[in-house]
Amino acid sequence: MSDATLFAQVRDPAHRADPYPLYARLRACPVARQDDGTFVASGHAAIRALLHDPRVSSEDLPPAEHPATGNPVKDWIVNPLKDRIADRHRPFIFRDPPDHGALRRQVMAQFTVARVRGMKRRTEALVAECLDRCAGASTFDLVDDLAYPLPVTVICELLGVPREDETRFHAWATQLATALEPESRKDEALRARNTETFDAIADYMRDLIREKRRAPADDMLSGLATAKDPEVGRMSDPDLIATAILLLIAGHETTVNLIANGMLALLRHPDEFARLRADPERAPRVIEEVLRYDPPVHFRTRLARAPIPVAGTVIPEGAPLVLLFAAGNRDPARFPHPDRFDPDREDNQHFGFGGALHYCIGAPLARIEAEAALTALAARLRAPRLAEDPPPYRDGSSLRGPKRLRLVQGPAARPSA
Amino acid sequence: MRDGTIVVAGASLAALRGAEALRAGGFAGRLVLVGDEPHLPYDRPPLSKHVLTGEIAPGATTLPGVGALRAEWRLGAPAAGLDRAGRALLLAGGERLPFDRLLIATGARARPWPEAGAAALAGVHTLRGRDDAAALAAGLAARPGRVLILGAGFIGCEVASSIRALGLPVTVVDPAPSPLTAALGQVIGGFVAGRMEAAGIDLRMGAEVAHLEGGDGRVRRARLAGGGTIAADLVVVALGAVRNTEWLAGSGLDADEGGLSCDGACRALDAAGRPDDAVFAAGDVARFPHPVYDNRPVALEHWGNAVAQAAHAARAMLEGPEAAGPYAEMPAFWSSQFGLNIKSLGLTEGADAVAIVQGDPRSARFLAVYGREGRTIAAVAVNAGRWLPAYAGAIREGAPFPPITGGADQPHPDPVPPGLPAQAA
Repeated sequence: MSDATLFAQVRDPAHRADPYPLYARLRACPVARQDDGTFVASGHAAIRALLHDPRVSSEDLPPAEHPATGNPVKDWIVNPLKDRIADRHRPFIFRDPPDHGALRRQVMAQFTVARVRGMKRRTEALVAECLDRCAGASTFDLVDDLAYPLPVTVICELLGVPREDETRFHAWATQLATALEPESRKDEALRARNTETFDAIADYMRDLIREKRRAPADDMLSGLATAKDPEVGRMSDPDLIATAILLLIAGHETTVNLIANGMLALLRHPDEFARLRADPERAPRVIEEVLRYDPPVHFRTRLARAPIPVAGTVIPEGAPLVLLFAAGNRDPARFPHPDRFDPDREDNQHFGFGGALHYCIGAPLARIEAEAALTALAARLRAPRLAEDPPPYRDGSSLRGPKRLRLVQGPAARPSA
Repeated sequence: MRDGTIVVAGASLAALRGAEALRAGGFAGRLVLVGDEPHLPYDRPPLSKHVLTGEIAPGATTLPGVGALRAEWRLGAPAAGLDRAGRALLLAGGERLPFDRLLIATGARARPWPEAGAAALAGVHTLRGRDDAAALAAGLAARPGRVLILGAGFIGCEVASSIRALGLPVTVVDPAPSPLTAALGQVIGGFVAGRMEAAGIDLRMGAEVAHLEGGDGRVRRARLAGGGTIAADLVVVALGAVRNTEWLAGSGLDADEGGLSCDGACRALDAAGRPDDAVFAAGDVARFPHPVYDNRPVALEHWGNAVAQAAHAARAMLEGPEAAGPYAEMPAFWSSQFGLNIKSLGLTEGADAVAIVQGDPRSARFLAVYGREGRTIAAVAVNAGRWLPAYAGAIREGAPFPPITGGADQPHPDPVPPGLPAQAA
């Protein structure tokens, strides 16, 4: 019998640095009922089946009371927003077909290959700027000095948020980050401040969108604000605002973990760090393995619209689901020696970007950013060591990553000539 | 087996993937690939699509990885006979290739227009190989006044879509009640028909061409069985494929127009049903018992089957039939036409019901499931490929039909007869 409190333990910050032993215990029952009625899928096959199952809904926002779900996006972003924005204006990660498809298609039409690839050079230059600033220091914080500012700058430029407004977004993002702190959960004043922050973002986006319509530029917001989908026409303003906020937050809160988790894995496997330094072509393999081994998003939540037979059990209609991607990524039934960090592994079909209909729309961008960051770090750092292992973690158990990643550099830490 | 000689009869997708799997599996001996065309292995799916629209040159379809094989090639030298007792493949040029193991992957060819004289008229095309596609593309570049396509199966429809995209007038004729009837049935076929007509195709279903007529050595018109003619300067004959098995006559193997029989380990069977431990088959030419469908013998003209079955055959050749186990890959194919991405899992043959379980044909995005006697046997996604994997398990297990109800956007599916052709007893 599996322990019906295992998932509550996953959410306990005490297990943040290494939740994987808990995941292994959860996998003993690939779809396990928790004592609060939630069903947690932790086996690779079960997660894959549920990801594709049309009875599994993403419209899983909790009803009026908004009980804490443990998913910080939901508890601190979506639920506060829900009070203010009508249901139909939820961002598309919380929508089902057919609405989801139309909204996603409209965003995809802007997330063009040319636009994403066009960010590659810029991303590399931004990485170089960040690292140049740290070049003289004997220690620096990889999160504050690179992993966080890089994706924020990239997503702002891609969306078309004016450079001079970046500082405002940093402030808003910092405010939002406090919402992820455990003590804030009972802090009504902080909650109210966060709601205010979201109002401020929404107002800001509304003005920005108006400006983009007036004078469209070559950026995603201009594209979203002016494009006409052949089936559904122009995106409504509330959908536009919800989408823009989603993209901005996704750009802030996920890639930072990919870069930080990736560097952490490389520092704990110095041979792999050395191999990446010797052969930057290994970067895509390293990044795919990071996405499996220690992904930026550990789980997503869903709702069962109908009874679903899976993995020897039946999930009842109305049950909340947790798809524990990070546990499926370590499933020995799917991956040989799953707890080994092995960039050379073949057949690495991880859930690092989720899967099926809601597969991460920003995956190509995240890969570009992580590749630029990790290859530059491998090329420029000399004998880097972790100042603290494990590092302190941010509170989130779903969007999980180090709060700080302090590196101590060896004798020489200079930009390569 | 790690050494000795393995000969592959065929030099297309299954042959290449089989050869690669042999090398990956540790085979270090002599490897010879024999092809009737002068080309190294190339990819066929683009031939009816991007090659016709001019986006890809016919010569740009060569498959990668050929150089790493360490293989000998006999190209332009088709297999002409098999000496099983002497363990040798005979080539058309007279060469005799001894082998320890033989992989037969000779595929299929386009079924020609039955009137030999008319089939030889300038302007009459079939489409199977790279040279066919190049000839057809050249014919289209001359901007024919009207293109007539005989057959509304997948090739006929894809070719119609590509040619229509070039802005040429296109007529499609097929005796079936709807396009794609044999594979998908009239319900889904009727939906595709609507798309074709909306794209400006002159669609003549339930009609049959009796004769192709020419003048000055060029095709000029088609005469319909029911009377009447269709003027056309270019005709594409898309009447399906014939398996390349004639060269096996006299070998004692069970082979005919429908394929070469083999067992679950891909070993070729003789007329008495006994497997030959040295002769294997994979790809379009192989007719094998499918465990998901009561071990009914099937021969699949699917890209994915060529890849998976060739790998399976390679494993059986190197490690023995028991190690490989029975081949049970789920049949799957895709097609692109008229702005539709059609993906299919399983076999629809014999279905007595179809239900739209997700999406809506009016939005051109839906998923249909096929059932037979209350069991789920196949699923087809139209512009909804991401939904398809949810149904693989139900098909494999023969789950109750319809397998999933209560989906997000189509909670109450309503099964109807699929309009598939009656099954041969």
